[in-house]
Amino acid sequence: MKRAAQSTETPQVGRSVPRLESWLKVTGRAEYVHNLRLPGMLYGKIFRSTVAHGRIKRVDVAAAQALAGVYRVITSKDIRELIPEPYYGPAFHDQPILAIDKVRYVGEPVAVVLASDPHVAEEAVHLITAEYEDLPAVYDEVEAMTSKAIVHDILKPAGTFPDLKHLGGRKNTNIALDFHLRRGNAAEAMQSADRVFEHRFRTQQVMHTPLEPLVSVAESTENSLTIHTASQSPSFVRIEIARLLGWPENRVRVRVPFLGGGFGAKLYIKLEALVSVLSLITKKSVKLSLTMEEQFFTITKHASTFRIKSGVSKDGRIVARECEVWWNGGAYADIGPRVTQKSGFTAPGPYDIEHVAVDSYALYTNLPPAGALRGFGIPQLVWAYEGHTDLMARELGIDPIEFRRQNLLRDGRPQATGTVMKDAAIEKVLDRLEALMDWKSPLKNTSKTLKKGRGIAIGFKACVSPTTSLAAININADGSCIVYCSTADMGQGSDTAMAQIAGEVLHMAAESITVVHSDTDVTPYDMATLGSRSLFHMGNAVKLAAEDAVRKLNQLRSELQLPADCPIPDIFKKKYGMQAGNVAGAGSYIPTYKSPDANGLTDNATPFWMVGGTGVEVEVDTETGKVCVTRMVNVADVGTPINPKIVETQISGAAIMQLGFTLHEKMEFDAQGQLRNASFAEYKIPGFLDLPASIVNEAVVAEQKSGPFGGKGVGESGTFGVSPAIANAIHDAVGVRLTALPLKAEDIWEKLK
Amino acid sequence: MRREIRFSLNGREVSAQVAPHESLVEVLQESFGLHGARESCGQGMCGCCTVLVNGTAVSGCLYLASLVEGGKVYTIENGNELDAVQQAFIESGAFQCGFCTPGFILMTRQLLEEQPDPDDDAIKHYLSGNLCRCAAYPEIIEAVKLAARKRRKT
Repeated sequence: MKRAAQSTETPQVGRSVPRLESWLKVTGRAEYVHNLRLPGMLYGKIFRSTVAHGRIKRVDVAAAQALAGVYRVITSKDIRELIPEPYYGPAFHDQPILAIDKVRYVGEPVAVVLASDPHVAEEAVHLITAEYEDLPAVYDEVEAMTSKAIVHDILKPAGTFPDLKHLGGRKNTNIALDFHLRRGNAAEAMQSADRVFEHRFRTQQVMHTPLEPLVSVAESTENSLTIHTASQSPSFVRIEIARLLGWPENRVRVRVPFLGGGFGAKLYIKLEALVSVLSLITKKSVKLSLTMEEQFFTITKHASTFRIKSGVSKDGRIVARECEVWWNGGAYADIGPRVTQKSGFTAPGPYDIEHVAVDSYALYTNLPPAGALRGFGIPQLVWAYEGHTDLMARELGIDPIEFRRQNLLRDGRPQATGTVMKDAAIEKVLDRLEALMDWKSPLKNTSKTLKKGRGIAIGFKACVSPTTSLAAININADGSCIVYCSTADMGQGSDTAMAQIAGEVLHMAAESITVVHSDTDVTPYDMATLGSRSLFHMGNAVKLAAEDAVRKLNQLRSELQLPADCPIPDIFKKKYGMQAGNVAGAGSYIPTYKSPDANGLTDNATPFWMVGGTGVEVEVDTETGKVCVTRMVNVADVGTPINPKIVETQISGAAIMQLGFTLHEKMEFDAQGQLRNASFAEYKIPGFLDLPASIVNEAVVAEQKSGPFGGKGVGESGTFGVSPAIANAIHDAVGVRLTALPLKAEDIWEKLK
Repeated sequence: MRREIRFSLNGREVSAQVAPHESLVEVLQESFGLHGARESCGQGMCGCCTVLVNGTAVSGCLYLASLVEGGKVYTIENGNELDAVQQAFIESGAFQCGFCTPGFILMTRQLLEEQPDPDDDAIKHYLSGNLCRCAAYPEIIEAVKLAARKRRKT
């Protein structure tokens, strides 16, 4: 499909441009790594640990190696001949490419079979046997604080983050990071408060389950490596693989086409290190593609425990708050320490509280590793602080919305870290929720057994900082435009948004612009596609690159003595005598940031705030405990929506995903740390029949002044309020309070008896 | 172990060498380079692998390729022009990552053949075997209704 460059005065920002890749996706032609087959390619199948914590005594691969059609079986011994210290990770270099000496969770990769027929490789995996000496294991995040079972003999921070350096070499601990924040004197203020409330909340371990399971392909020569991977962080993959191999970055190329969903599962290193060494060892192209089941053993969302305590004055002002949060990071840290710290910034919630203490701990346990999942820890925190808020309002006899309004954190006021709030429409979100929920209207029960209830919750998030995005723009001789950026389009619509931002600057229709997908040989550095950061950071970089291109075009016009409105193709014709040449624009963006001090305080914690709130109406069946969400209202501050339609789908999709984490999804482990429901037959994600009858989504009128054309991130905001809003509504309906997710009918029924 | 089977694929007579254990999705991908039907859950629970065999939607990751011998197979890649359903999915923004989209489109076509004017409830039940982790469900309902209107007009 040839798209002609077209000059336009139509605004590109604020228009619901259909996704640029629409045709590809509705015809099944969109490029995913799953489609890729290279000549002579081998398929790898992984042999995994069956014990949660054990010393490896023996791995017998002889029978597998002898099976007809098997090319080779690889263990960590082979890998160490290539890389003596094959440990990776964004925060800690703690994860071995294949298990070395010890296994730390059920499902950990121990060996790989390679064959040109994946069925043969699979069959051979079943012929491998391993013997382990069982070690004591720990599964619970609070127990891990004091457990004698130690997951890692020694802590190995990556060195990338200065605030983790002090943990280097620490022994006999499962605490991968402890973050502490002290503002004012919470303990003292608590003592002088009129009322004190304390609650404990828990969240469960869940999985992202992108419908395109994790997949990577590697091809290599004697001194170069190309990795085709479903990754949200191609620049990180390149740097980390180059580090492991001791190579310069320019010998590792990482290509990322479309992603079939990501949600945080496809960040940092997942299969990339393994597929790279397999290719380098065999000198052949290798593909690793996980099954849905295997994804559950790769990356998950932190289970958590949150103890929250507030001191409240007679007139309903929250004067002090203590937060103690334990994050179950599983066997490898992944980005858990970052989740622990960054979410620690906002653990006290969107309230104006003078005295605050936060203690947030990242724990190692013998469960599959946990990382980022759509919210970077925020949904776990909102679950607790908004349940807590609702319980206090009930106890105090104040309307839950009024109680929130009374204590709300407003622009111009310092948040827990001391950073002054700016462009965070918290109050507007609350106001719109109240209006859209028709909050004051009475709910009438029309049935004896179906009880109606209503609940709301709001949350906020500091965008992770500081992170860098670079972008490049090429203006061709015919005036057409290409955008180069390493943001991965995993469904959030970044290609379209970046084209709209470039088009707005260049006065070109977004539909006429080509966006080149991540290819580290071609597209510039980007920290990663995570945490709702891309629209803001990469959007700013693309805008700067487009402005740079405009400046250079204008310079050419003036050098060539052409009028200011001279069409682009005529500039090139005059300069080069024919349709030739191009103009390249570059943009780089990194916001300012100040690291927290010893008390966890900083006056510049984040470049922007995300705000999201949800209100629900539920019907609870008092005979069965079954909860039906009949109405869901999601309101968010996304700044100025760049593409209103895609923004709405993001808000709504995030809320429905969180609905699954609220009512159904839970990874169920037995006493030996064996996961019992790693399949869609037993682990149910939301489908059509789980939808609330009515869903309303709204982006409040707002502007992020530092964002590109007033925009900011939206991918996670819809998740924040869903879980506590439903628990609050259940309480409203039948007087039952659940403090652990998911909210199961049997637990409600048990309490109703 | 492999044997040749002949069948009609998107309106053309074709043949392929298949092993008894190979699924229809594998053969479509390996022998014909068609990737629109794709394996996701591997259990027939998600609908990403939907293929039409003799006019009926099947889970292509579980359906043995040998069974299509002499039959008619249609995939999302059939046809050069976008039909009303595909157009409606684009106009309604009824997808995000796009991995599940071919399955939803094929099931929607089958739904509209059977029920030209389905209401919300009928749509939800008919498509309940297809999962979308991005949860573009409200937009898909909108798209199905729009497609129904478009089809009635022509």
